[in-house]
Order: sequence, then C-alpha cells, then structure tokens
Amino acid sequence: MGFFFEVLIGGLLSGVLYALVALGFVLIYKASGVFNFAQGAMVFFAALTFVGFTEVLPGWTGLEGGGQAVFWLAFVLALASMVVLGILTEKVVLRPLVNQPPITLFMATIGLTFLIEGIAQGIWGANVRGLELGIDDEPIGWLMDSVNILVSKFDVFAALAAGILVVTLALLFQYTRVGRALRAVADDHQAALSIGIPLQHIWAIVWAVAGFVALVAGLIWGSRNGVQFALTFTALKALPVLILGGFTSVPGAIVGGLIIGSTEKLAEVYIGPFVGGGIESWFPYVLALAFLLFRPEGLFGEKHIDRV
Amino acid sequence: MIVNDLVDVPSMDTHAARIGDVILDLQGISLSFGGVKALSNISFDVREHEIRSIIGPNGAGKSSMLNVINGVYHPQEGRIMFRGEQRKEMDPHRAASQGIARTFQNIALFKGMSVLDNIMTGRNLKMKCNFLQHALFWGPAQREEIAHRIKAEEVIDFLEIQNIRRTPVGRLPYGLQKRVELGRALAAEPSLLLLDEPMAGMNVEEKQDMCRFILDVNDQFGTTIVLIEHDMGVVMDISDRVVVLDYGKKIGDGVPDEVKNNPDVIAAYLGVAH
Amino acid sequence: MLYREAGQFKASYQEDQQIFTIRQDRIGFWAILAVFFLAVPLLANSYWLQAILIPVLIFSLAAIGLNILTGYAGQLSLGSAAFMAVGAFGAYNFMLRIDGMPFLVGIVLGGLSAAAVGIVFGLPSLRIKGFYLAVATLAAQFFIVWALVKFPWFSNYSSSGVITAQRIEILGFAFDTPVTKYLLTLAIVCALALVAKNMVRSSTGRAWMAVRDMDVAAEVIGIRLLHTKLQAFAVSSFYCGVAGALYAYTYLGTVEPEGFNLDLSFKILFMIIIGGVGSMMGSFLGAAFIVLLPIFLNIAMHSTLGGAIPASFASNLELIIFGGLIIFFLIVEPHGLARLWQIGKEKMRLWPFPH
Repeated sequence: MGFFFEVLIGGLLSGVLYALVALGFVLIYKASGVFNFAQGAMVFFAALTFVGFTEVLPGWTGLEGGGQAVFWLAFVLALASMVVLGILTEKVVLRPLVNQPPITLFMATIGLTFLIEGIAQGIWGANVRGLELGIDDEPIGWLMDSVNILVSKFDVFAALAAGILVVTLALLFQYTRVGRALRAVADDHQAALSIGIPLQHIWAIVWAVAGFVALVAGLIWGSRNGVQFALTFTALKALPVLILGGFTSVPGAIVGGLIIGSTEKLAEVYIGPFVGGGIESWFPYVLALAFLLFRPEGLFGEKHIDRV
Repeated sequence: MIVNDLVDVPSMDTHAARIGDVILDLQGISLSFGGVKALSNISFDVREHEIRSIIGPNGAGKSSMLNVINGVYHPQEGRIMFRGEQRKEMDPHRAASQGIARTFQNIALFKGMSVLDNIMTGRNLKMKCNFLQHALFWGPAQREEIAHRIKAEEVIDFLEIQNIRRTPVGRLPYGLQKRVELGRALAAEPSLLLLDEPMAGMNVEEKQDMCRFILDVNDQFGTTIVLIEHDMGVVMDISDRVVVLDYGKKIGDGVPDEVKNNPDVIAAYLGVAH
Repeated sequence: MLYREAGQFKASYQEDQQIFTIRQDRIGFWAILAVFFLAVPLLANSYWLQAILIPVLIFSLAAIGLNILTGYAGQLSLGSAAFMAVGAFGAYNFMLRIDGMPFLVGIVLGGLSAAAVGIVFGLPSLRIKGFYLAVATLAAQFFIVWALVKFPWFSNYSSSGVITAQRIEILGFAFDTPVTKYLLTLAIVCALALVAKNMVRSSTGRAWMAVRDMDVAAEVIGIRLLHTKLQAFAVSSFYCGVAGALYAYTYLGTVEPEGFNLDLSFKILFMIIIGGVGSMMGSFLGAAFIVLLPIFLNIAMHSTLGGAIPASFASNLELIIFGGLIIFFLIVEPHGLARLWQIGKEKMRLWPFPH
C-alpha cells in the first residue's frame, strides 16, 4: 500500500510540474486566443537565460558566484528577457497573423519554437547545465520515519510554489481590475478596445506574467532534470494537461496536471510491466484522446457552440 | 435552356392550379438549447410547388426552423413528415438525398474553391464513382465528371454567372456570393428548396434579380420553396402562403392578405399601442 | 510574349479538364520530365542521386500525403513520420515473411498497412476538429514508434530494433545502383503524384475541400463527414507509408523506429507550409527546399568562414532559419513557394507588359 502511495505522490508532484508549464499556455490562450506551442521553448529559454546569467554575472559585476545576490539579479534579468521575448513575439509573430485561422497561428508558434531554441542555444551554448536552487532532493525525514513513504523535500517545495502561483493567478483573474480586463480582452478584442481597455498594456502584462510562470517552471524543471534541449518537448506533455483541464481554466491546468502526472506514473508502474514498459511516452495522449471524444471542453473549460 | 428576360409573375390561376398536395408537414415542433426555447409547438405544412414564406421579427426562430427541416438541429418534441415519411428528426444526409437543398443566412460557401467547384459540390450526391475510379481518372470518372459539368453549366447559365466561374468565391462581392450559393443548392436539382434570407444585404437591382431567379426556379422546375425574408414587399408579392413566427411561437398562417391584416402580426412587428 | 494563352481555345469540357491547360505549361512539364528521366541519370554523380534527389523525391511523396490530409481535407496531423514508419516496417515484414513477394506489391502492402493504421487513428476526427486532432496524431506518433520498438517481432528480433532492407528485385532485374534506385523512385513518385492529382481534381477532392472549408455546409449538401475524413486519413497514410518504404529501401538501406520521430513529422509539416499548403507542386518545392537548405548552409559557411565553425553552430543556425522561415511564410505568403511560382507565371504571361 505504501508503494502505491509513493507512486501516486510522485505522480502528483510531477503533475505539478506539468501544470506549471500548462499555466503559461492557459494565460496566453486566455488573453489572446492563441495556443502558444512555443511555451515549452520559452520555459527552456527562461531557464537557460537564468543559468547563463548566473555564470557571467560574477565576471561582470564582481559579485560572489553562487551567492544570493547573483541568484536574484540573474532572476530579475531573466524575467526581463522573458518579457522582452514575449512582447517581441506578440508584435512580430502574432499581430501580423491576427485574422488568420487558429491553425495558422498554431503553426506559426511551432516555427517560433524552433526559432527560440536556436537563439537560446546560440547565445548561451548548447551544453546541458545544472541548476542549483539550494533545496536538496532528499527525502523528508519524519514522513519517512512515520509512514514509510519516500517524498523528496524538493518535490514538496515545487508543489508549494506551484500552488501559490495558481492561487495568486486565479485570484488575479477573478477579483482584480487587471484580471477583469484580461478576461475581456480574451473574449473579444474589438469590444475591449471600444470600452477603453489599453490592449498594448494588457498584452504586455499577460506576456510578463506568462514569462514569470515560464521562469518559475524553468527553474524547477531545470534543477530537477538539468537545463537541456529536451525541456522544449515537455511542452508537448502540457497538451494533454490542457485538454483535460480545459484551455481557459487556471485551476483546470492544475487539476489536469495532477491527473496526467499521477495516471502516467501509475500506468507505467502497474500496466507497464505487461507490455514492456515505456507507456509514459504515449499514455497521456491516449487519455487526452479519450477525453476529446467524450468531453472536448475539458473538466473546467467552456463549451464551444457553433452557430449556423 | 433559354433564360427569360421578361419574366412575369404567372397569373394566379395557372399558378394556383399547380400547387399540389402537402409534401412537408411539421407537427408540434419544439426546440431548446439549454434553457433557451427557440421554437414552441410549431405546426404548419408546405404544399408541393408553392412558395411558402416564414417571416417574423429578429430572433423569432426562423433559421432554427429551417435547421430543423434540414436536420442540422434536432427538435426535442414534434414530428416531421416529408414525402409521406414520418420522422422525429431529420438527418442532413437523408434530407439531402431526399431532395432538400438550402442556402444559409451567413453565406456557407466553400471559400477556398472556385464558383464552378462550389456548384459541382452541389452535384456530389449524384456522383457515383468511388475514389479509386477518381484516382485513375480516365474512363468512367472522366465521363461522369463531364456529364455533371454539363449540368453545372446549365445552372451557371441560368444564374448568369459565366464570367466568374473560375474565380475563388472568397473574392466575390456579397451579392454574387449569394447567387453562387443559390447555384450550389440548385445544382442538386432539389424538390424542396430552403432559402434563408437570400436577399439580405442586397440593393434594389440585386433583389430584383434574385426575385426573378426564385420565381423562375419555382415556375420552370416546379421546385417547392420555403423562404425566410424580411422584405415585406417581396414576401407579399411572391408568396403563396405565409407563416409568421414570434419568440418561437406561430402567430399567423395563411395567404399574404390574411396575414397582413392579422392584428397579432401587426402587434409583433409594430409593437402594441399603450 | 512567349507565355501566352491567346489562340488556345477549349472546345470541349474534356479539354478544359486537363491538368495543364496552357500549351506552354504542357511543353514545359514534359521537358522537365525528360530532364529528370533521361538527362539526370546520365549526368549526375552518385552523391547527387543518393543524397539529394532520392530523398527529395521521397519527401515529396510524404509531403503530398500530408498535403492531402492537412492541405486539402483540413485535418491537422503531427504524425506523418509514424505512418512512414508503419509503411517501412510493414513492407519489410511482408517481404521477409512471404516467400517470393514481389517488391512493388510489398511496397503497396506497406502503404496499405499504414492506411489501416491511419483509419484507426482517424476515427476520432468526426468528433474533434482540426486543431485538437493534432493531439490524436501526436498520440499516433508516440504510440506507433513505441510499439515498433517494444514488439521485437516487427524488426525480426534484431537486438537494436534496426532493420536492413532487402535487395530490390523486379522481374529478375536488380535495382541496386544509385541510378537504378533513383529511376525506380522517380517512376513510383511520378505515378503516385499523378494519382493524387486526379483524386484532388475530382469530386473526392472537392468533398475533402468542402469538409475543410465548412463542414456543416458540406454535411447539408450530403457529403458524409466521417467517410470523407477517414478517406483522407487513409489515402494520406498510404502515401506516407509508401514514402516510408522507399525511405528504407531506396534511400537509407537500414532504418530504426526512432528515426521516424516527431522531429521528422515537423519537418514534413514545414515542407508543406513552405511549399504551399494544398498544392501538389508545393509538396515538391517544399521538400526540395527543406532537403537542400542544410546542405547550402554547410557549403556557405565552409566557403565564407573556413572550416572552423563548430557543428553545433550550424545546427543552431538551421533551427533559427527554419523557424524564421516558417513564420515569414505564414505571414507574408501563406500559400508558400507554390504561390510565388504562380505569381511568377502570371507575370510571365503579361511580359513585357506590366499589367
């Protein structure tokens, strides 16, 4: 029984990581109706930029390498880079394509993925980097002792970070003026413009927040698995998360992430041995497929009605 | 096929004589979307060879009515009788194969294809070759394509759109697009034609043309027409009978003169005096 | 002046239906065919044949397949490489396990296996629309590659999952030199391209395009949506399957499932975007572009900057240029190179007049 819980918790925690990436998708989709396939590349870019800055800052500023000051300075600089990246993306890629069908925009973001990867690696190099966040990947002592379950401190930290992020974002969208403006823009650009919502500012805010989420996701993923190219394709795992949770729902991203993370691990452990393992690579997609057939709008999304 | 340039509305006697039996009968149709009731207990019939108009203020449920006849929407209650077959709901494919064709309020043309191709898609149900025969092309597929091309060209001649047959429809002005959509519906040689606001957004000349086409279709091919239209002049002039809807309910049914003087209808359109 | 339609009248619908309605186009087409069938084998060296022409032909075929599904029928697919894999492994197994299986029949059977798998993964397409369909095709991509690796039967129990294509022999004649392989590939691709063109200009193609443009209206006309979509999936997967089989037999010689990964699927998608979505010629142009670009980049960098550039920089540059070009084409010319070609021809028709 203990083993089952371990697998479950492990799955839930990796689900949290998926949810973090999915959050970025939801934000952009909510605000601009675009499914930003390049979100994964942006997570990669954020992590790589952060690590890159931690490496060069000591040389530029004379600060102590690996210390707190460098960490936070690198964080701020990385965040700024993300915001710039976001705004450039909106201006150069999305604005010119604004009237095209969603498939075109989606394909443009696929192109963007490759572009961002090439640039990130071009600037900072293609080596795999480690990321130190200062939290150890060690089992929590008392949990181990009392109920014999192996849960790492790091995972709990990641879950907490994600949880705080989600709650903050959900509150932001629901209860603040800015949040309301964001939802208005997502619904209908023209109408939002006509009541005086400053579209440019709103989009800048959205991309800044999405950039922040990407940075957090990048830091956590990066310290877990190392900062490498493959990070980009974890973005693909976010697709099933979004389908389960609904493309427009912030809590949906978390719930979807948890479900995908846990079912993925459970399937691998309990069904995997019958077929030789490796189920993780496709199980989430097949699950998402099943969902699409029976509940295409996801658990929390909005139903889409075609008017003829 | 010769196109009549001077078309008179046929005299009422010969026209009325042609109107046949009931081919479409709707009984007690109710349709809701979630909490919104679009149609409540609507019943009316359509006779063969007649021009039946459905009128009513915006949001009355007229397009929904056509969608029910066509099978795009399925009513929660009621029955549909078409050509002697009683049914709870229609299915788009069956409707098409039994000879019902329609146009849409917001033009539903295939924007990526040319006018000729759009009209040819109207012939789709009549084309019997399978895709393997198409893959080979030479032989039965080519012969079939030519045979149906001839028919499509007849429709093009009838609607006088020869010069734009190769133009992608997305590039045509609104009035011509509506005409092409009519052409696509006509290409199927329907026995029942459903037209959803075919003259919306047109100027006087275009309306006259469209009127002429509709009358010709009814006159020359004997096609039964169910027409949704807002222009009262047109409706009263060309319709044999009229149904009036308001807020999903039927408030009038009869020949144009009767309906015109029906107090409920007047109230619905002009509002009630306080 | 040379490129004029004046005087070319079509006196029957038959004439109007030709693929090339302008005589100069017809002459040009046969001339190009003559060059590729006759001149190239005599003049090209084996590097050009093996490393450039054969892969361009094979990818053109895969691009035609994806174009049928995504360009004409409007169903987005991110799994074309997986269907190539099914074709490759299918053809291999048919030829391995059935004695005396003729090569061409084996290739067709490989294609049919891919078509069958395509139909299975296309079944959800009735209930889900183009964009969400991408997920179904992603599922296909990951599942198929996983299955080919996990079940060693497919690779005849080879330890690494790699299969080696058998010798190609048709009616006793062995196709084992670059020239013969090239001509065989060229013949197969040309034949299948003609078949695709025929399907596209018939009511099958019109039904696909109708479903793409407005499926509700298509249904109302009487087009069966599920049947049409599955047909597109089947035909498209068949083409990708045959391309995959050729990939194994006339190009690489040895293949493994991981070689047909998501990256390759994206490459094929890029081919149709750059070449022109929904265009036969675009498939060829796009495939040529994607195959030739890395080679040109390599040559350009070597000649301008000497050999001192690390390989990683080159592959980065490739990523940046691919990504940038996709965005560029989608913004500036969504109909890709094929449309640019068409615009060029239209200018030619008017030359020397400006309009």
